[in-house]
Amino acid sequence: MAHVPDDLRYTKDHEYVRSSGSAGEITVGITDYAQGELGDVVFVNLPKPGDTLDAHQAFGTIEAVKAVADLYAPVAGEVVSVNPALEDDPGVVNRDPYGDGWMITLRAADPAALDGLLTPEAYRAHIGG
Amino acid sequence: MPDAAPASSFAARHIGPRPSDVGAMLEALGYPDLDALMDAVVPESIRLRRPLVLPAAVSEAEALAELAAMASQNQRFRSYLGMGYSDCRVPAVIQRNILENPGWYTAYTPYQPEIAQGRLEALLNFQTVVADLTGLPITNASLLDEGTAAAEAMALTLGAVEADAPRFLVDEQCHPQTIAVVRTRAESRGVAVEVGDPFAFRFEPGVVGALVQYPGTDGAIRDFRPVVERAHAAGALVTVATDLLALTLLTPPGEWGADIAVGSAQRFGVPLGYGGPHAAFFATRDEHKRAVPGRLIGVSRDREGRPALRMALQTREQHIRRERATSNICTAQVLLAVIAGMYAVYHGPEGLRAIARAVHRRTAGLAEALRGLGMRVLHDAFFDTIVVETDGPTAARIHQAARAKRMNLRSLSPTRIGVSLDETTTDADLADLAAVFVAGGAAPAPAMAAEDAIPAAFRRTSEYLIHPVFHRYRSETEMLRYLHRLETRDLSLTSAMIPLGSCTMKLNATTEMIPVTWPGFGGLHPFAPLEQAAGYRRLFDDLEAWLAEITGFARISLQPNAGSQGEYAGLVVIRAWHRSRGDDQRDVCLIPQSAHGTNPASAVMAGLRVVVVKTDAQGNVDLDDLRRQAEAHRDRLAALMVTYPSTHGVFEAGIRDICRIVHEHGGQVYMDGANLNAQVGLCRPGDIGADVCHLNLHKTFCIPHGGGGPGMGPIGVAEHLAPFLPDHPVVPLGFPQSCGTISAAPWGSASILPISWAYIRMMGPDGLTDATRVAILSANYIAHRLRAEFPVLYSGPGGLIAHECILDIRPFKSKAGIEVEDVAKRLIDYGFHPPTVSFPVAGTLMVEPTESESREELDRFVDAMLAIREEIREIESGEAPRDNNVLTHAPHTLDVVAADRWDRPYSRERAGFPTPETRAHKSWPAVSRIDGAYGDRNLVCVCPPIEEYAAAGA
Repeated sequence: MAHVPDDLRYTKDHEYVRSSGSAGEITVGITDYAQGELGDVVFVNLPKPGDTLDAHQAFGTIEAVKAVADLYAPVAGEVVSVNPALEDDPGVVNRDPYGDGWMITLRAADPAALDGLLTPEAYRAHIGG
Repeated sequence: MPDAAPASSFAARHIGPRPSDVGAMLEALGYPDLDALMDAVVPESIRLRRPLVLPAAVSEAEALAELAAMASQNQRFRSYLGMGYSDCRVPAVIQRNILENPGWYTAYTPYQPEIAQGRLEALLNFQTVVADLTGLPITNASLLDEGTAAAEAMALTLGAVEADAPRFLVDEQCHPQTIAVVRTRAESRGVAVEVGDPFAFRFEPGVVGALVQYPGTDGAIRDFRPVVERAHAAGALVTVATDLLALTLLTPPGEWGADIAVGSAQRFGVPLGYGGPHAAFFATRDEHKRAVPGRLIGVSRDREGRPALRMALQTREQHIRRERATSNICTAQVLLAVIAGMYAVYHGPEGLRAIARAVHRRTAGLAEALRGLGMRVLHDAFFDTIVVETDGPTAARIHQAARAKRMNLRSLSPTRIGVSLDETTTDADLADLAAVFVAGGAAPAPAMAAEDAIPAAFRRTSEYLIHPVFHRYRSETEMLRYLHRLETRDLSLTSAMIPLGSCTMKLNATTEMIPVTWPGFGGLHPFAPLEQAAGYRRLFDDLEAWLAEITGFARISLQPNAGSQGEYAGLVVIRAWHRSRGDDQRDVCLIPQSAHGTNPASAVMAGLRVVVVKTDAQGNVDLDDLRRQAEAHRDRLAALMVTYPSTHGVFEAGIRDICRIVHEHGGQVYMDGANLNAQVGLCRPGDIGADVCHLNLHKTFCIPHGGGGPGMGPIGVAEHLAPFLPDHPVVPLGFPQSCGTISAAPWGSASILPISWAYIRMMGPDGLTDATRVAILSANYIAHRLRAEFPVLYSGPGGLIAHECILDIRPFKSKAGIEVEDVAKRLIDYGFHPPTVSFPVAGTLMVEPTESESREELDRFVDAMLAIREEIREIESGEAPRDNNVLTHAPHTLDVVAADRWDRPYSRERAGFPTPETRAHKSWPAVSRIDGAYGDRNLVCVCPPIEEYAAAGA
C-alpha cells in the first residue's frame, strides 16, 4: 500500500504539500502512490524561481518511460526554489518522494488556502486505500 | 468462399486456414458458415450486399507479367535532375539481403526490443552516420521524406521559440517541393512563411526560425555563418536542409552553428523509386532532444547489465502525449534507413569520401569543359550540381538534344539549365553531357578534375565514422555475415505470427514484392517527364480506381506517405472545403476517448482544436455525449475522427447515427482506416457516411512493415472534397482548390505501390472478401478459445468481435503480481511476438491474427497463452514465488539459460523450452528484459564505444 504520511496535506492530482512553518512557505512533490503509478521517472520539467502560479495551474511535467503527467500547483503562490537534484537524478522521485524527491518550494499567496487541501485520511480515501 | 478457391489460386496461398479448418473453426463458434458469422458480426444497416466491382483474380505468373509490361512502359532516361533525388548503386549484398529479404522487411516497429536488437543496431548505425556527417549529436531513426522533415523542423522551432504571430523564413534555394510542404504545414499552424534570399533575411521580432539549403537546389555552396549569427542574436533557430554525400567533403552544419539539419538519405544505396520510399533524416542539438519528432533509438542495458537498444524518450510521441505530442509521426522509413546505414558500413568513411570525390570532380570537370565551350556556369562553389545560364532558344535546343539522347536535364527557368551528377555518372556520360550543350554535338570529352573545386572555407576537416562498425565489413563475406547476424536477432514473419492488434501483420507475398526492385519501377526520378512514366500512370490509375471501389469514394490521392500523413491530409482537405464555403471558423475536431493517439496529434497539426467525446461502458462512442458536443460546437464543428471498426475491435452499430449527427451539425466525418482489413468487401467507409478515409496500404494491402516503415497512407474522399486533394509544385496534379502539398513526391512512395496492386489483382473481388471474412473468423476463434481464461473486453451482439480482440491481463496483478508486460515477455519465450500491449486499454493485450495465419499457428498461439495462464496459476496458488518466477524473469536468453550459474526456482528447460515445438524452432531474444528508464535518463543515440560491448562479453 502506498505510503501517506500523516503530517502532510494532499491534492486530488496526487501532489503533497509540506508546510515549513515559515510564513506560508511550502514544499510540493508527488505522492508515493503517484510515483508508483508512473513507474521509473526519467525526467522532470520544472518552472523557474520567481514564477508565479495560480492554484491548479500546470507548473511542470513529469515523465516516466511510458507515461507523462502534468504537475499542478496546489495553491497560488510564487516559486521560491526548484529541486536541483532532479536534473541529474530524476529517479530520486521514485526512491524518496517525500524527502529528496521534492519538486518545488512555493510561497503561498494566501496561507489560509492550505486548509482547503486534502487531509491524509481524505487522500487515502481518494486513492482507494 | 475459401472452399471454392482452387488450391493453386493466390487467394488460397494468401489465406492461412484450409477450407476444412474454416469449417472446424466455424463449428467451434457455433455458426454454420461464414455468411452466417458475417451476418452476426457486421450490422445489416451498413452491409455491402453486392460483390466488389473489380477485375477477376489472375495467377501470380499473370500478375507478374502484367507488372512487367507496365515496368517496360516506364522509360529510364539518365537523370541529371537532382532536387534531392540522386541515382546510386545499391550494393548487391544489401539489395539481396535486406531490401529483398523477408527476414528484414516483414518485421514490425521495434516495440519489443528484446526481439529487435538486429534492426535496432542497424538503426543506431544510421543515426551515427547522420550525427557524424551533420555534426549534430541527436538524431532520429528516420522521417518520411525531406519535405516533411523540414516541416517537422519548423514545428520543433515553433515549440522552442515563443512568438504571438510566428514567422518562418525559407531560403528560395530550397527544393521547390520542400517549400511547398513547409508552406502547407505552416498554413494550418497559423505560421507566416516568407521565401527569399537568406542573406537578406531580417530577423525581426516574430521570426522564430529560418530554413536554408546547403548546397542549394541550384548547387551553390553558400557560407551561412552570417545568417546563423544574425538568427541566433535574434533568438531564432536555423534549420539546414542538406545532403549526406556532400557532407563527406563539406564543413557540416553543426560546425557552423545550425540548430537542426534535415535531408534525404536516399542516395546512400536506395533506388530513386519514382519518389520513394526513402529515409529522411533529422538531427539537432542536445537541448532539443525532448522535442525531436519520430522514433529515436537509444542505448540502455538489460537486467543482466549488458548493453541493449530500444526506442528512447517515447513520451514525446503521439501514442502517449496525444494532442500535445511533438508530431503525429508514427511509421518512419526503417527499412530504408537500415539500407542507408549499411551503405555507410560497407563503404566506410574512405569509401564514401571516394564516391563523393568522384561525383564532385566529374561535376567540376564538366563545369570546366562547359566554360571552355563558352557556356556560362553560374556558381564557382558547388558539390554535384551546376547551373548553366543561356538564352531561351539555346536552352530549348539543349533540352531537346538531351531528350534525344535519353537524358533529363533540369529546367530551372526558360534560360537556366541544371545538371546534377551522381554515383552512377561515368566518363562516357560526361562526354554525352558535354555534347548536348554544343550545337552539332561535337565537344571534347570532359575529364574528371584533378582537384576539388570546393573553396577552402567549406572543406571538411573533422573526422567521421570512426566507430569500428564502419571499418570492419569491407569484404562481401564479412558484410553478408554481419547482415545475417543482425537478421537472426529479430523476430519477423519468417519465424512466427506477429499478432499485433491494429497493425494487420498479414502475408507480404513474394510475388507482390518481386517487382519492387525491378529497374523499370526503381530507376525513375520522381520529376521525370510524365510521358516517360506511362507504366506508373497505368499502375496509379488502376490502383486509384480499385481503392475507390473498395472504399466507396469518388477519388483517391496516393500522395500521403504514411497513415499519419493520410490523417493530416484528410483534415486539411476538410478545412480547405470549409473555407471554400466561407466557414473559416470551423476548427473543432471531435475525437472519441478511445481513438489512437495519432488522431489528436494530426488534428492539432491541421490547426484544429481537439474536443474529446466520451466512450460508453461497451467501448462505443457515447451517442448522447456526441450529440451534446456537436450541439455545443455546432457553429465551429469541422470534423469528427472515428476509427471503424472501433479501436476496441467492434463494429459499432451506431456508426450511421454518428455520421448523421456530425453532418447535421455542419461537420465532416474523417474515418481512420487502420482497421479497414475488417471492412473490405463487407462494407465501405463511403457508404457508411464517411467523407474521407485513409488507407494504410502497409496494413490491409500487404506492403510490408519493413521493421517500422515504409508505409503508405492514401486517402479516399467523397465527390465534394475531390477538388481539394493534395497537389504538387513540380508535377501539377490538377486539383483546382488543392489543400496544398503533403509529401515531397507527387505519388508518395510510388515504387511500393506495385505490392498493393498485385495483391488486389491476384485476390480479385472474391478473394479480398474472403480474406476479410477469414480475418474476422480467426479473431473470433482466438477470442472463443481464450475467453474462459482471459476476459475479452468489448464485444458486440452475441459476444462477437471484428478482426481483433482485447484480452484483459489486469486481474492477475492483484492475484499474482503479474502485469501485462510479464505476459508479453513470456510469450517471447514461447517463440511469439507479443500482441499490442496496453492499447487501447492499459493492462491489456490486443490480438489481431489476420487471415494469413493457419489454424495450426492460431492454435499454437492460443496454447501458449493457456500455458502462461497455468504458470500464473502456480503463482496464485503460492507454488511459485511472486517475485521470482518464469514470468517476471521473461524473456530468457540463451545466455541466461545456458549459464553455469542457475539459482531460480524453476528449471532451465521450462525457461527456454516451454513447449516441444520450441525445441524444434524458436526465435531467441538477444537480450534480457530491458531497463528503459536507464536509457531515458542517460540518452545515447549513436554507436557507443565498442569497449562497452566487449566488457559485457557480448
